[in-house]
Amino acid sequence: MTHLNELEAESIYILRETAAQFQRPAILFSGGKDSIVVTHLAYKAFYPAKLPFPLVHIDTGHNFKETIEYRDNLVKRLGADLIVGSVQESIDKGRVKEETGYNASRNALQTTTLLDTIESNKFDACIGGARRDEEKARAKERIFSHRDEFGQWNPKNQRPELWNIFNGKKNQGEHFRIFPISNWTEMDVWQYIYKEKIELPSLYYTHTRKCFYRDGQWLAAEPCIKRRPEEEVVEKQVRCRTIGDITCTGLTLSAAHTIEDIIAETAATRVTERGGRADDKRSETAMEDRKINGYF
Amino acid sequence: MANGYLDMQLLRFTTAGSVDDGKSTLIGRLLYDSKSIFEDQLEAVEQASKSRGNEDVNLALLTDGLKAEREQGITIDVAYRYFATPKRKFIIADTPGHIQYTRNMVTGASTADLAIILIDARHGVMEQTIRHSYIATLLGISRIVVCVNKMDLVDFSKDVFDKIIADYKEMSKHLDIPDTDFIPISAKNGDNVVNKSDNTAWYTGKPLLEYLETVEIKKSENQDFRMAVQYVVRPISDKFADFRGYAGRIAQGFLHIGDKIKVLPSGTVSTVKGIFSGAQELSEAQEGESVNITLNDDIDISRGDFLVSDNTTLPKVDNQFVINICWFNSSPMQIRKKYIVRHATQEVQGLFTAIDFKVDISTQEKIHDVNELQLNDIAQVQLKTANPLVFESYKQNKVLGSLIFVDPFSFETVGAGMII
Ligand SMILES: Nc1nc2c(ncn2[C@@H]2O[C@H](COP(=O)(O)OP(=O)(O)O)[C@@H](O)[C@H]2O)c(=O)[nH]1
Repeated sequence: MTHLNELEAESIYILRETAAQFQRPAILFSGGKDSIVVTHLAYKAFYPAKLPFPLVHIDTGHNFKETIEYRDNLVKRLGADLIVGSVQESIDKGRVKEETGYNASRNALQTTTLLDTIESNKFDACIGGARRDEEKARAKERIFSHRDEFGQWNPKNQRPELWNIFNGKKNQGEHFRIFPISNWTEMDVWQYIYKEKIELPSLYYTHTRKCFYRDGQWLAAEPCIKRRPEEEVVEKQVRCRTIGDITCTGLTLSAAHTIEDIIAETAATRVTERGGRADDKRSETAMEDRKINGYF
Repeated sequence: MANGYLDMQLLRFTTAGSVDDGKSTLIGRLLYDSKSIFEDQLEAVEQASKSRGNEDVNLALLTDGLKAEREQGITIDVAYRYFATPKRKFIIADTPGHIQYTRNMVTGASTADLAIILIDARHGVMEQTIRHSYIATLLGISRIVVCVNKMDLVDFSKDVFDKIIADYKEMSKHLDIPDTDFIPISAKNGDNVVNKSDNTAWYTGKPLLEYLETVEIKKSENQDFRMAVQYVVRPISDKFADFRGYAGRIAQGFLHIGDKIKVLPSGTVSTVKGIFSGAQELSEAQEGESVNITLNDDIDISRGDFLVSDNTTLPKVDNQFVINICWFNSSPMQIRKKYIVRHATQEVQGLFTAIDFKVDISTQEKIHDVNELQLNDIAQVQLKTANPLVFESYKQNKVLGSLIFVDPFSFETVGAGMII
């Protein structure tokens, strides 16, 4: 077996365990390549039956339009159910307060909307596309990751995970995050997309876009990011390595047209994909702090 | 270019060593030299090294994940690391070596094909070295590679290296140790990690990375088919109205269309009609693959059942077992208390009827007359379950021979067992 076959088999096993062990599992779909791969794996795991999970999208209201288009097409093609949790709604209801200023982002606000969506839909397992190689706080994350009644992650008291036996048992009000592609690297994901010919949002390929430069990275010049007077808008050939909310998606200067180009570029790149994410730069343990509070 | 990466193999290994043997430095070096470290990660580490007053970049910081650990300067949980060369993709289960973290070592070892055990060349074989080898052996790791580190501090002496090999063999005599190889290295300077070192002209073996790229990965010797049914796939659509697929991951052997299959524990037989991977129909499948199987007869099969080759060597079906156990929880394991037992895709109630003996993890001696197991204890115990399980010994097959124990109130995973 090749490494991709083995990773695929492991992920499919995890997805089937999730469907078997939980009552209301759901896929957290961000529109990023990782959640697209997870959805593809889930499709394979249960074919010819319909996906036993709805896709849940936490919409910050600051998404690229390509992401939303892609999402809607995918849902139609798979005949899947879509549930959208709206950050705008959480703001309107006063559940969270919009950040202001130049670095304002709705990224942190997502956590509240996510937890509200989990609660109102009574989801007991949320499947995510996070990988352990993304960030050091994730290296110790379990595949079946337990969250307490407050949606919090306790890194010091994680359940040991042995062999391929997953323990999804929980008390009332608790839930799980499930990470089927924990053991994949960015390179594995691209190779798999290539091997399986998975269609991606056009944002992943090079395109011309109005951008501006801030803190060592290119960001999209969109109304949802407030620019400083000196921040000049220029047109660049760019693509995304990872897609999130517009305010925290760094753009890479690239001429990659095809998956092969992207793989070649990834092999030669010397910066992590999270290196392009503004939200991780806030402190050395930014990711860990957010995860403890219930972030993805 | 893209194709070059598509046929790599996967090797999972675990690393164990006592504090300061250089485990983090070694892993940092493997990641660094295989170019798996990105500039921004390196920058973050450089910054962290400086803010803690380290002059050199401390490669060990690359692998210390969580805050608490960074503060204490030690690794306490199992952390998974990834790197790849053009030949293989590697998954490292990085575990702490201290005796109080035995359960973490057990966890890390449970999925590993190989164990790297580190020895500080100046200190030679220690009690911990043998303890780590014992755990690797207990968890059925089929190959151990002993890295004798800090060779730069003993002038790359062949005598020191040879003595360590001899001592290791002598001190591990009582264990049923698998195939073992020895490599003299300096994790800090890179000798024999990626490239063969000029400082050890006397060493004729491979450097560590080449060793890892080429070492043979063992599969089960028995080729009979074994698969636990995970999920029954029943589409609600006209096109697939009669489709009934038994989904699972093949634990052992091969499967072909037309093969005779026995369902356990019921004993019903049928033949294989179709093997699916997603929408793709296969003519055969093998150990490790996740498939969806249809049969020619309409029989009652559900999650937890096993599909196996219908021949003379069937797995056993019983509700009493002798097992090796490692206890994972601060509340002690008690005899006659009920626990939830998870085995393959099955869940049953179980209780321990006796503790045959506990193992002194440091000396591997048996301790008798024990009536409770504490956190990190390893023992041989008698287990009884409310319903029978379809199993084989852990030595024969890890999937059919492994169990976890779950507390019926907290639902925490409190122990791990291997059927003897
Ligand atoms: N001279 C020398 N020092 C080493 C070597 N490997 C590690 N060290 C040092 O040994 C100390 C402990 O290393 P570390 O990797 O943190 O050990 P760990 O506790 O096993 O992870 C550090 O100061 C390292 O720089 C080596 O090959 N030679």
